[in-house]
Amino acid sequence: MSGVIGQAVSRIDGPAKVTGSAHYSGEIALPGLAYAEIVGARVASGRITSIDTAQAEDAEGVAGILTHLNMPKVNNVPLLPSLIGGPAPGETFFPMQDDVVHYAGQPVAIVVADGLEQAQHAATLVQISYAETPSITTIDQGRADAYEPEKIFGGLMPAQTRRGNVEDGFAAADLLIDAPFRFAANHHNPIEALTTTAVWDGDQLTLYDSCQGIKAVQLTVAALLGLSPSKIRVLTRYVGGAFGAKAMVWPHVTLTALAAQYVRRPVRLALPRGQMFTSCGHREEQEQHIELGATSDGKLTAIRHHKISITSPFDDWAEPAFGVASQLYACPGFEGVHRLVRGNTMTPTFTRGPGEAVGVFTLECAMDELASELGIDPIELRLRNITDVDPNTGHPWSSYGLRECFERGARRFGWAGRNPQPRSERHGNWLIGTGMATAGYPIAFFMHTQRARAHLYADGTAIVQTATQEFGTGTSTVMTQVAADGLGIGLRDVRFEFGDTDLPNAGSPVGSNGAMMVSAAVHNAATAVRDQLITLAVSDSQSPLHGADPAGVVVAGGRMTLAGDANTGETYSSLMQRHIMSDAEAIGSWDPPPLDTPHGLLTFGAQFARVAVDADLGIIRVRHMVGAFAPGRVLNPKTARSQLMGGMLWGMSQALLEGTHMDTRHGRWANASLGDYLVPVNADAPDVDVELIEVEDHVTGPLGVKGVGEIGQVGAAAAIANAVYHATGYRVRELPIAVEHLLAHLPSGPASAAAGAQPDLT
Amino acid sequence: MDGEIAALPAERGPSAQAVTLTINGEPRPLRIEPRVSLLDALREHLGLTGSKKGCDQGTCGACTVWVDGRRALACLTLAVTCEGHEVTTIEGLSAGGELHPMQAAFIDKDAFQCGYCTPGQIMSAVALLDEGHAADDGQIREWMSGNICRCAAYPNIRAAIRAVRDAAGGE
Repeated sequence: MSGVIGQAVSRIDGPAKVTGSAHYSGEIALPGLAYAEIVGARVASGRITSIDTAQAEDAEGVAGILTHLNMPKVNNVPLLPSLIGGPAPGETFFPMQDDVVHYAGQPVAIVVADGLEQAQHAATLVQISYAETPSITTIDQGRADAYEPEKIFGGLMPAQTRRGNVEDGFAAADLLIDAPFRFAANHHNPIEALTTTAVWDGDQLTLYDSCQGIKAVQLTVAALLGLSPSKIRVLTRYVGGAFGAKAMVWPHVTLTALAAQYVRRPVRLALPRGQMFTSCGHREEQEQHIELGATSDGKLTAIRHHKISITSPFDDWAEPAFGVASQLYACPGFEGVHRLVRGNTMTPTFTRGPGEAVGVFTLECAMDELASELGIDPIELRLRNITDVDPNTGHPWSSYGLRECFERGARRFGWAGRNPQPRSERHGNWLIGTGMATAGYPIAFFMHTQRARAHLYADGTAIVQTATQEFGTGTSTVMTQVAADGLGIGLRDVRFEFGDTDLPNAGSPVGSNGAMMVSAAVHNAATAVRDQLITLAVSDSQSPLHGADPAGVVVAGGRMTLAGDANTGETYSSLMQRHIMSDAEAIGSWDPPPLDTPHGLLTFGAQFARVAVDADLGIIRVRHMVGAFAPGRVLNPKTARSQLMGGMLWGMSQALLEGTHMDTRHGRWANASLGDYLVPVNADAPDVDVELIEVEDHVTGPLGVKGVGEIGQVGAAAAIANAVYHATGYRVRELPIAVEHLLAHLPSGPASAAAGAQPDLT
Repeated sequence: MDGEIAALPAERGPSAQAVTLTINGEPRPLRIEPRVSLLDALREHLGLTGSKKGCDQGTCGACTVWVDGRRALACLTLAVTCEGHEVTTIEGLSAGGELHPMQAAFIDKDAFQCGYCTPGQIMSAVALLDEGHAADDGQIREWMSGNICRCAAYPNIRAAIRAVRDAAGGE
């Protein structure tokens, strides 16, 4: 009511973060703190034949060492119900329960010492012998034994998506596109490594954990250790990036708790960067094969979209490739099938834009090929196929905005008048190309009841609480805005308190749902307190509002007035003081609509990119990116734009930089460092323009928020890949796109010289 | 130190040694093993956790501090080698509770999200202006490329640096 929702408020955690006073999970001072170091398996498959800790135990400062020989047994915990509100282990396997090695880097010992350097050194002194067996760590190695799982994504989703009859659709097509794609594995690499500090006080455990969901950590550790959740408190305010790596709760968290119990001291474990590649999942290596059928006027008749990827020995995990890809266009026939290869890696996990960032890449590159084949502008082709209803269910979208995204994105980018001919623009030695793609991201209502508490003091200030954490999304800022708006008080009069499992329940912000679900609970708590006081005022004969219709009372600046008559009213403070109330409080809760709600649930957007490709060397530079998105109501355009921009640059990175490669001789990642696994640096990042298109949504909670966390990435890589084609005339069907893919296809390269078909613009 | 080979200091260690570092203008005595990095000395021994550990390998820049006014990666610097040198960390950047203009500009331009790389980015950004490496966006991009921001706030980081540069009257 105070109008503070939608304002470009600067982050309230800004001063703490720019001065270095914001404390992250590895920065809590504790008396008697000891340091842990994990020893990871050197081989990818086999058994431990001997493990000798004598030398390590004798090293200076060592407090204790756990291996499978003395590690307590933990409970088996399934991946489901997972993040819908239960325990959420990242993999069903828990290490150090026996002598079997399933993947390289699997924890086989944990060393605890007085000092960090002492722990690091002692970890190198643990002598382990293995009986190594052959490993499978790539799709190619396991392709012959690929299988079709029943469910994927931790059991959350079916492995197949079908509608209509694809064979009929292909038979009706005038044109077919058939395109196979390969994708390297990706690792999230938040700059703050996963870090856990565990402190026991009798049978009470306190964890400071770098995570995306403190409640999920509490429930997972409780389930594994057979403890009541009431014995476990998780305290996490600030998290140094997550991107999916910290959504599930990985074994090191519980290992740290067990190590602290073993040495009877607080223990901190901060994963070294190298272990970040074998400790918190990854986006799996995958291949996707798409076939499109279309009529000569560009109407899709059939899509067949198959994926094969590699998972762990224990879990059927694949990112779902065909959620959004099956929903963007009104194509009568769709068939999506996931197949899996079992390999010696840990269980893959959510990585920003899980599934959709890759599945939509495949679809949108194929759509660009179709546009080229038909001679139809890529936007026009999409406009001929988009749909006002979810084609899988026939339900209308809860809100849409895709046409406006195309229109405003194209205008901002300067798409009109584009010459569709590849290699048609050259500046000096740079081949210039432009490309676009559609973006979409699901709205997933799989969370349980969300709760928040609003507590208003008689001086008109408030504390609003919920058990979430701030990992850079801006949640602490926007929830302060939502609380101030709901209470009708100033932003400075609200303190948003979070980061403690003792606070009311909030789910893990995953799948871009954080702003939607947490704001719903905060809004309901704040407005419940407001309504209590309005009710009191209108029934109080001493109040100027006595007898008024409560629905006709508005609150701003802590003052309740009649709508349209600002002179008639009083402040919360005067009312509360008259009634000798020190405070007022309410719990607000919100339940998502049922999963079968009769609405199509996606957030939509459109992506545009301009690239320059060196005509001799194939070096690719992204010059400019524009993204237009319709994320429902925008709570704070400043933080929303930043998150969308970050997602778009993740898409740039997906297209051109990121790939973890397996050394199959050893079954180990070959580039497990930030020196070898490329992520964007400042020089890689172009200027990015974000267009926000507000659409009203009456399904996604009381404020109509959809989400901005991941859609920025979806489609961005495809826009870049399509721009690379437009610049060079060559389609690279592998990510990340590298110089070596292009070298033979540049103006002076052998392919061009032999074909002689491309215009020589030199 | 340049160009002149001083007499080698006496060998110390490997056990913990008395060392006095000068951090943000204050002498800070502590007992550390010679193998302790400046970053771990700050974070684990002195409670100065503003300097962040991202990789411990010199690749991410989250630990950027100044040694004698120049940018240094605290994770690749042994603490004992900093005796007799002035170490400045993010905690020493703002004086008297007032934000440094670069800190204020980072908030104003939304030049961070999770905030974990931010102290290192800011220490680099301030140094960049002193070095004369912020004349245009091309320079800023290159000379800020030792600091990874995984949230990818890069365009906003450039905007913050431009704002401080321009407010100071340009280079």
